[in-house]
Amino acid sequence: MRSSVIIFPGSNCDRDMDVALKKYGFKNHMIWHNDITLPKCDLVVLPGGFSYGDYLRCGSIAGKSKIIQSVIDFAKSGGLVLGICNGFQILTETGLLPGVLQQNKYLNFICRNVHVKVNDKKNKYFKDISKDILELHIAHNEGNYFCSEEELKVIEDNNQIALTYCNSDGSNNKDSNPNGALKNIAGIFNKEKNVLGMMPHPERMIDKYLSGQDGSVFFENLIRNSK
Amino acid sequence: MEVNEQVAIDHGLTKEEFKKINDLLKRTPNLTELAIFSAMWNEHCSYKSSRKHLKNLHTKGSKVIQGPGENAGVIDIGDEDAIVFKIESHNHPSFIEPYQGAATGVGGIMRDVFTMGARPIANLNSIHFGSTQHRKTKNLLRGVVKGIGGYGNCIGVPTIAGQTNFDESYNGNILVNAMTLGLVNKKKIFYSKAAGLNKPVIYVGSKTGRDGIHGASMASAIFDDKIEEKKPTVQVGDPFTEKLLLEACLELMKQDSIISIQDMGAAGLTSSSVEMASKGKLGIELDLSKVPCREDKMSPYEIMLSESQERMLIVLENGKEQKAKEIFDKWNLDFAVIGKTTKTNKLELIFNNKKVAEIPIDFLAENAPVYDRKWKKSKLPQKINYPKQIFKSLKLESCLLKIISNPNICEKKWIWEQYDHTVMGDTIQKPGGDAGVVRVHGTNKAVAACVDSSAIYCFAHPLTGGKQVVCESWRNLISVGSKPIAITNCLNFGNPEKEKNMGEFVECVNGISEAAKYLDYPVVSGNVSFYNETKDKGIKPTPSIGGVGLLKDYRNMLSMDLKKEESIVLVIGKTEGHLDQSVFSRTILLENKGPPPEINLFNEKNNGETVLKLAKENYILSCHDVSVGGILIALSKMCIKGNKGLKLNSNIKLHNKFSYFFSEDQGRYLIEIEKKNLEKVTEILKQNSVHFEELGIVIKDKLQFKDELNISINDISKKYKSWLKDYMVN
Repeated sequence: MRSSVIIFPGSNCDRDMDVALKKYGFKNHMIWHNDITLPKCDLVVLPGGFSYGDYLRCGSIAGKSKIIQSVIDFAKSGGLVLGICNGFQILTETGLLPGVLQQNKYLNFICRNVHVKVNDKKNKYFKDISKDILELHIAHNEGNYFCSEEELKVIEDNNQIALTYCNSDGSNNKDSNPNGALKNIAGIFNKEKNVLGMMPHPERMIDKYLSGQDGSVFFENLIRNSK
Repeated sequence: MEVNEQVAIDHGLTKEEFKKINDLLKRTPNLTELAIFSAMWNEHCSYKSSRKHLKNLHTKGSKVIQGPGENAGVIDIGDEDAIVFKIESHNHPSFIEPYQGAATGVGGIMRDVFTMGARPIANLNSIHFGSTQHRKTKNLLRGVVKGIGGYGNCIGVPTIAGQTNFDESYNGNILVNAMTLGLVNKKKIFYSKAAGLNKPVIYVGSKTGRDGIHGASMASAIFDDKIEEKKPTVQVGDPFTEKLLLEACLELMKQDSIISIQDMGAAGLTSSSVEMASKGKLGIELDLSKVPCREDKMSPYEIMLSESQERMLIVLENGKEQKAKEIFDKWNLDFAVIGKTTKTNKLELIFNNKKVAEIPIDFLAENAPVYDRKWKKSKLPQKINYPKQIFKSLKLESCLLKIISNPNICEKKWIWEQYDHTVMGDTIQKPGGDAGVVRVHGTNKAVAACVDSSAIYCFAHPLTGGKQVVCESWRNLISVGSKPIAITNCLNFGNPEKEKNMGEFVECVNGISEAAKYLDYPVVSGNVSFYNETKDKGIKPTPSIGGVGLLKDYRNMLSMDLKKEESIVLVIGKTEGHLDQSVFSRTILLENKGPPPEINLFNEKNNGETVLKLAKENYILSCHDVSVGGILIALSKMCIKGNKGLKLNSNIKLHNKFSYFFSEDQGRYLIEIEKKNLEKVTEILKQNSVHFEELGIVIKDKLQFKDELNISINDISKKYKSWLKDYMVN
């Protein structure tokens, strides 16, 4: 399986993602933001970080970068596009995903482990995943998902909510919501479910000496399904 | 503007210093030259009050690749790998503008590290604030934490450990000390010493603006009521540009084109160009009209003094300019050839085709003033005799709960959750432990790091305090199973022109050096921050010690959380019951006099090395050093982290249970071991003449001692975890 990780100026989880993808068997390429075309691949990842310094709005400048049209075309042709953290913000800026990511409710950057519930398994990311609740790590200042009532209705009708923040037992409530996200949303799909944006960083949880191992569950499942 | 004595004084120089400048030059300097002298001769850049004493520091060791004097220190961690690290203060700017002050402090120290060719792999910080009752404290804390996070998070370097203290002596002068560790290939370390004639001098990074002019002189002055007016001298940081600069510099360093490289920190272009030339015994000629400027009509004076951030000065091999420029173009950074190295041994500045300054380099560096300031020796205070009846009305439980929620002891999660501590995917011990630990990427090795200060002890007796803080750092590294290798020190003190403050400095430095030498734990880098004084009130002497240790196999790392019910907890080291200067004495008995706990370097070394031996044999399940608060506090933290309880032995030999449980005797650790290993562990401890006692047995969820203490871990935990959050949110 081949993957491509896009490096924007200010990306800082690009290497971590490269390490994780390779660990689980992807043949990964790093792609510079000024390139125009993508190499042939099965998965494109927009990594976390502060692309273009988060200036103007998180993800907005990256959403207009040279490489992005190829990413949009790839997504529209059905290719898998995964955006983590800043990558999620970029995907909302390109219009591939609905909604926006606002500043966290309590106005602080948050770096901690959270639990998320897998909401839909009829997609290539979570099909047959061995766990319904994953313990993952978040590290962001703008992860407070928001969209209009009309958009939310469409999202819910199409089962586009991918992950929701929850307690360790899977219950969703205000206490398990770290950043004020609407409906505890931690990740969403596009309608076709080939594009996924999520705030948690699975690439930081890929062995038992790190914060946890549920990132491994995510990647192992992803490579199995993208074959 | 005519330069005279008054103008010199306005630039922070003394009358005598101005006279010396005139004598050296054999003429009166022009304004630009005067400014250059003031920037190079101020305390911050010249170390004129401290240099004499810093020479006494223990700086040598078999693992030291580079000691003090470079951008940062470098130590050998085996194979091809070396760690570059340093701690630096950004106190004065952070008090005036907490967000930018702290942010640029982090930016500055990271540049010091990647200037040497190392990729930063961990950040730490030591921050000190005034009393929690002081009206400014909350806002300063909030701003500083946001600033540290804002910069480090954006660059993508994990902040893995730190220390926060509150004390009224910082009411008017907070301390913000930032530390960075970087990883470099031993054979690819870059230095600041220029070499070769007619080599191009390159300016890269951000454009030069009017920010930070006189920053270094501000950091060399005491504060008064008009401190707010100094806001324009605080630099503004742009972590995004620094991230680009980091990547661009590391990319250029892969080619063989850099002769020397120096970041533009305090006193900007002035100190970077002078230092490079001075170390290489060369001259340097700069055409200031070629410096990329952010604002129109900047004068040579402003260009030379600007402390705009995210800039570097590089001396390149001839003919490599084009290839280097391509890299900086790729990263959208300014790149300009602004001068060359010369054989004149002078700093020569050209502006609009006119020579605007000409100063022999020696005058700025080697001939800078050195002062042998008067200092007063401190006496060891008398021990306090506590009358027995003062303990009578005290209950263990209420003392424990009061101390565990003390601002200087309680959990600091509100702070470190705002720092990205997991980016780079190698953080295996997060903030909140004895030390942060990151793996050396792609290897089995890991590096542990911590930062400590003990201003209370240093204030009570600077020599003991200086020793203690080095020992504390050593102990923290041992507690995570790492072998301590070397330290960096950030020496925060009051006004060196006062004998008492100068004495505190001299004796703390002597204490640090003595302990560093005994423990083979040399000082490889650091900085000095004097004049932490507002309206005649100075801070307590606060040397911050950043320690770095090595784990050859990260899978042997130790942590403090209790692991297993029925296992046994031992206390290593002797409990003498020293209460003076302890948190218990200060907060429960309201007694703040007396000497700090005594340091016995032999025991310190022996106990630590024996703990490492036990760790190597895999006997230790969990480990934590006993520091402020004493045994009961250390134990409570182990219980909270491991979500387990402990039943204390009822037959512990007590002369006074309060002094047993809350005294702050040094050189002690708590270790958890399996019951079945008790005999073997006992044997090793005895063989090594280490004093130890069996403290108790791990149980489910309570802390129990006879009929005197029976409290759920949950109740202690609530107290421990809630104080800071409640303070900041309400």
